[in-house]
Amino acid sequence: MTKITYIEHNGKPHTIDVENGLSVMEGAVQNNIPGIDADCGGSMACATCHVYIDEKWYEKVKKKEDGEEDMIDMAFEPNRFSRLSCQIMVSEELDGLIVNLPSQQT
Amino acid sequence: MIKTDVLVIGAGPTGLFAVHQLGIIGLKAEIVDNLDKIGGQCIELYPDKPIYDIPAIPECTGEELTNNLIEQLKPFKPNIHLNERVEEVKKDKNFWIIKTNKGKEFQAYNIIIAGGVGSFEPRKFSAKGSEKFEGKELFYSVKNKVIFKNKTVCIFGGGDSALDWAIELSNTSKVILVHRRDDFRGAQVSIDKVKQLEKEGKIQLFTKYQLNSVDGENKLEKISIKHDDGNLKDIKTDYVLGFFGLIMQLGPIANWGLNIDKKTIPVNTENFETNEKGIFAIGDLCSYPGKLKLILSGFHEGALAARGCFKLARPDETLRFEFTTTSKNVLNRLGKK
Repeated sequence: MTKITYIEHNGKPHTIDVENGLSVMEGAVQNNIPGIDADCGGSMACATCHVYIDEKWYEKVKKKEDGEEDMIDMAFEPNRFSRLSCQIMVSEELDGLIVNLPSQQT
Repeated sequence: MIKTDVLVIGAGPTGLFAVHQLGIIGLKAEIVDNLDKIGGQCIELYPDKPIYDIPAIPECTGEELTNNLIEQLKPFKPNIHLNERVEEVKKDKNFWIIKTNKGKEFQAYNIIIAGGVGSFEPRKFSAKGSEKFEGKELFYSVKNKVIFKNKTVCIFGGGDSALDWAIELSNTSKVILVHRRDDFRGAQVSIDKVKQLEKEGKIQLFTKYQLNSVDGENKLEKISIKHDDGNLKDIKTDYVLGFFGLIMQLGPIANWGLNIDKKTIPVNTENFETNEKGIFAIGDLCSYPGKLKLILSGFHEGALAARGCFKLARPDETLRFEFTTTSKNVLNRLGKK
């Protein structure tokens, strides 16, 4: 289990234990965290699981693979800390990870 | 009014195969889809990406899968109504009356909703003021390019639509192309062409910028764009075009009296019926314990939903379970001797 904090756009934090091996998106969906839609179910085809990684954590998260940046073009108000949470796998190295949620996904 | 046994909403793989299964048991179906082509997410989101988990098909693209399903459906000749969205669903005695946004009306014993995560809509700008000008000077698609002639057009996006329109309109308009990063994701030949046109002074390019605001009294006068570093820049323009792909919206489905849980419709796993008798939901849109959002699950769900439709469409008949290998009835329906 790895602790992840999802902070809603209004500032409300949700800290939960997510099973290692799941994605950050799945952790949110399975725990009913509001603000992550994940319409396509994790196939990197919709950009509705968009998050902003906390600045301190951004470099520690495994880099983007091909296609993710293209998809982030489609996200709502992307910035340089933007990632698709379906592409970030949860492991012990990410214990304490903080992600900020955008004001909306679409 | 078009009368049929089953109205299928959604022409993606799940909807198409459900129509096949309806045909096998002798039920007629009509299909309605909001997109301009058959194939749903397979065609809209990943036509060229290989899929590896369709049973007995080691590898195929979204487009190949769609074409094969269309081929498989041919014996049943279903009518497919594209570019139409189902708006209204109402009960009338033993029937459902279904109305589309184009004014078409259907009467059906059953409805199978195979609508993916809803209908595809263009992804819109979030900048303030953008709604006010939508459809007047700000668009998400080009319907009549003549209006841009000799005008300034500011295009946002980094994919093929944005690049293609920038190239096309640069012949007759002043084109400004804005994208949120330096890399474009369109075809290399289009990217090269845009860079060439920029050198020739025919396209003005701003990268690492996003739309910040749209201003004007009655008419769009100027926009401001914001750089990654926070700096703002004003641009005078007559038109704004945004090409950010499509998103899926549940849309009118939410108003049909169906139970909805997190953008999905709960169903039973015996025949995938919803809380409304005669309305079934299959594919990505339905939910039940253990649901997998896989195409193969959608096929299974369609096969069972089709059998579920039989009772209401043929109340006086008994549904016999038959194989396509041996049943004369089924082979007849398939047009085989």
